[in-house]
This record gives sequence, structure tokens and C-alpha cells, in this order.
Amino acid sequence: MADISSPPAVPTWFDRIKPKSVGRFVTTVLLFLGAWIMVFPFIWMISSSLKPTDEVYDADFSLIPRTFKGFENYYAVIFDQPYLIFLMNSMIVCTGILVIQLLTAIPAAYALAKLKFRGSTILFGTVIAAITIPINVTSIPLYIGLVRVGLLDTYFAMMFPFIVSVFAIFLFRQFFRSFPDSIIRAARVDGFSEIEIILRLILPAAVPAIAAFSVFSFVAHWNDLYWPLIVVQSQDKMTATLSMMQYQSMFDTDYGRTYASATVVTAPMVIAFLFARRLFIRGITMTGVKG
Amino acid sequence: MAVSKLQRAQTRLAYLLVLPATLLILAIYIVPIIFVFLGSLTDYTLVSDHYAFVGFENYQKMFEDEAFSNALNNTFFYALLFLPGAFIISLVIAIAIQEQKQFRSVLEVLYFLPVTSTLAAMALVWSALMDSGQGVINNTLQTIGLARVNWFGNEDIVLVSLAIISLWSVIGFNMVLFLAGLTAIPKNLYEAAAIDGADHPLDKFFRVTWPMLGPTAMFVAVTSSITAFKLFDTVAILTQGGPDRASEVFLYLAFLEGFEYFNMGYSAALSLFFLGIIFLFALVQALFSDRNVQY
Repeated sequence: MADISSPPAVPTWFDRIKPKSVGRFVTTVLLFLGAWIMVFPFIWMISSSLKPTDEVYDADFSLIPRTFKGFENYYAVIFDQPYLIFLMNSMIVCTGILVIQLLTAIPAAYALAKLKFRGSTILFGTVIAAITIPINVTSIPLYIGLVRVGLLDTYFAMMFPFIVSVFAIFLFRQFFRSFPDSIIRAARVDGFSEIEIILRLILPAAVPAIAAFSVFSFVAHWNDLYWPLIVVQSQDKMTATLSMMQYQSMFDTDYGRTYASATVVTAPMVIAFLFARRLFIRGITMTGVKG
Repeated sequence: MAVSKLQRAQTRLAYLLVLPATLLILAIYIVPIIFVFLGSLTDYTLVSDHYAFVGFENYQKMFEDEAFSNALNNTFFYALLFLPGAFIISLVIAIAIQEQKQFRSVLEVLYFLPVTSTLAAMALVWSALMDSGQGVINNTLQTIGLARVNWFGNEDIVLVSLAIISLWSVIGFNMVLFLAGLTAIPKNLYEAAAIDGADHPLDKFFRVTWPMLGPTAMFVAVTSSITAFKLFDTVAILTQGGPDRASEVFLYLAFLEGFEYFNMGYSAALSLFFLGIIFLFALVQALFSDRNVQY
């Protein structure tokens, strides 16, 4: 009869917190701590880009600059240094690569997916095999070839190894194959030419795949250091990413300005990501390949 | 008659459609690969027009070359540091984020941010954070009573430093792949496991999540291994292989031999070795992964 003497348990605030929700709260805190580590380099970079040189490596670090030199630093990067040219070069190269990749891959992928022709199996096999070959393997003959024809240090040289994407052909072929044959047959009966079928039926249906691939291609080539390092020789053709090599040995540089230029180089892709988050993440999961 | 005419017109069109891509694949992949192989049998250097066939001498040299074994050792040691983190940390974060409700998309964005950033630029930031004198990391270590670390000047530590930077840049990428795999696991499997008595999170993980995640895990493991073998940007920007060749990894050595010393023949042999390793990874993936899984 112990129940009688002891009063019924009044639920306290403590009982209401279930162990599960405590665990979840701790997980959330840990996740945000981890996220802080991921984001901190960006915050440090932006903060330093607004500081005078002597403050960048100041022992008592503060996120807010004591002397604001942001305007001078960014002005110097954009107007005194050729960063506008570097950014433009990156834009030209990435856009050129992407446009030609789409122009060569979409027709080929359509033919491989929907048309019958001899040699299609061999071609598709070659495409699959070529996916595994990175630029680092073919760079020597490509470089020698470009030297021989005297095209080193040109936009052509910077774009050439990438203007056919075997990966895009593979990806688009898989995508096009799922397009119903009955609709294509019906369109042919209605007098659509194959080109019209591609432009008016297949392309609109393939927009998600094309968008995802475009994001992937643009980011990969914007961030590429290896190939520009090999073929670019002059400042006129230098890409934004390659320009970071100038700070290889960090002696005698204006640190605030250095990090302003690092910000300028990485900002376009990061901002694009923040605006088109879904597209970027779909691009990664659909393509699943990086660099 | 009409059908076969249409058929022929279609075939002709098909050839027309694949022609540009085919020619470019020949020029960008097939011909260069043939030349890499032929070049690897010569002592070709860009600086002289005279060269001779030397048979498999370049390959022989490779296995006697101290720089080669050094680069291979460095690459494997780096991969050993990088791969477990790239796999486990990403998986843990993905599982934790998947259970989040209101913060999921914010956290996803924050963790993914390094993936889209330009590694060459962020490497400069990391070199400042890891500066042995006034870097934020060393100052923090000192504040909490730990010893300062010479991140880039110490031969034994430089690969650890590079692995940390690579982890930072790749975790969000692998996390997104794992999240895609996790989202595809049917909820009722967890319910069924709960009925069978798998209540503990670890039980759930080993009975449901891990077996269902197999293909994704394989994919992440293989792509991360290839990424590890392709380490280049941070080495080129931050260490140039130093100190004392302690961070001279495979791809950087091949780059030096080809484009700094112009030993094209030898570098071609190194490139083919590199391709062999990549093929090996691709083969492993093809053998062990489920072909029907679409990401």
C-alpha cells in the first residue's frame, strides 16, 4: 500500500525533457560546430580582405577589422591588378567549353540512344572507356601537339582537351533512352524531322540533366588549376584560378590585398551555388563525379 | 521501300550527329593515349628534336627511381590519412543531418560550401590559418594548452596538413552522395527492424542503413580513392613538393618530370602507371557495385 503514502508523481520540467530530444539537441549543436569549421576559412578570408597587411596576422585576431581597408584592397585588386581580365578569361574559357560540350554531346547522345547505326556499340564502348581517362594522362601529347601547331597560350589551347565531354555523352544517352519511343514514332509520322524531334521534344525533356551537367562542367573548369598551369604563359590569358599561383611564395605581398583577390576568385562559384543550391546538389548526385 | 528509305536517311543522319563528337574523341583521347604509350618507349624531351626508342627503359627506370618510390609512398600515406576521414566523417554528418528537421537545408549548404569554392584560392587561406607563427590554428592550440605545430615546414606533418585541407574540401561532396543514398532507404525497413527489436541507433545502422547503403558506400570509396590519387592543387600552390620532397605526390612528380624537366618519355611512363591505377579503381567499382543503382 505504498501508493497511498507517496503522492502521485508530479511531472517536473526535468521529466518532460526526453533523453531522445536531449540527444537530438546535442547533435544539432555538434553539427553547427562542425559547420562553423567548414565556413570559418571563408569568414577569415573575407575578414582579412578588409584589413591592412599588419592586421591580417595580428596575434589577437578579430573578425571585424580595426582599420577598414576593404575599399582600397578590392579597388586595387579589380582596377590596379588585371583581375577583371583574369575573371573574363575564366568566363570565356568555361562558357566556350560548356557550349561546345553541349553542341557535340547532345546530338551524339541522341544518336546513341535512339537511332540504329553500325558502329554504335564500338562508339559507346569507347565513350565509357574514355570516361576513366583524366586530363593528367593525355596532357603530354596534347601539350606537344599544341606547341607544334603554335597554339600554346590561346583560348583554343585552354579549351581544347575539354570540348568533347564523354561523360556528358554518357549521361545524356542514359537520359534520352528513357524518352518514350512511341512519342518519337508519332512525331515522325506527323512529319517531324529528326532535328525537330531533338529540338522540340528531347531537349525540353532533358533540361534537368542538361542544367545539372552545365553546373558541374562550369564549376569544374572554373576551379581547374592543372591544365591552365600547363598551357597559359602570359598574363593576358591567365585564368582567375591560375592567378593564385602568383602567391605561391608569399614573400613581400600585401596580405589584405592577397585575400581580397582570393575572395574575388572564389566568389563567383560560391555565389552561384548559394543562388542555385538545388541545381548544384542535383548536379553532384546526378553526375557523381568531381574534377 | 519507303521504310528502308527512311531507315537509310536515319542512318545517314545518325552518322552526321555522332561525327563531331567522334572526331574529337579521336583527337583528344585515342590519338593522345597512343602517343603516350609510344612516347613512353622513347627518351623524347621537348628541348631536343633527337630521340631514340629505348624500349621499356623508362618503366625500368621508374622502379629504380627513388623519386618514384618516394612519390608513391607519399601518395599512399596521404591516402591512408585522407580516406578514412573522407568516408567516416561524411557518413556520420550525413546521418546526423538527415535526422534534422528545421536545420537540414542550412546545414547542407554550410557543409557543401567548400566543394564549390576554388581550392587554389582557399589553399592560400588555409596556409594562413596553418601558419606556424601567427596562424589562427596554432594560436588556438596554444590557448588551450597544446603545442604549436609546424604545419608545412615539418616533413612528418606536411601530408597531414594537406589531408586536412582535402578533407575540408571533400566532406560536403561525399555527404551529399551519402544523403542521396540515405533518402533512398525505404522508411518501412526501419519500422520492420524496430519490430524485430532493433531500437538502438547502432542496431538500426548495422541492420538497415549499412546494408542498404552498400552501393553508395562503394561509389564514395572509389571516387574518394581516385580523388586521393589526384592530389595536385594544394601541393602546387602551397608546398611544391617540399619540405625535402616530403609532399611530392605522384601526380605532382609526373607534372614536374613532364613540364618542368621536360623528360616527356619518362613522364609518359608515369602517366600510364597513373592510368593503370585509375583503371584498377574503376574495375573494383564495376565488379562490386550494383549496376542498376542510379544516383
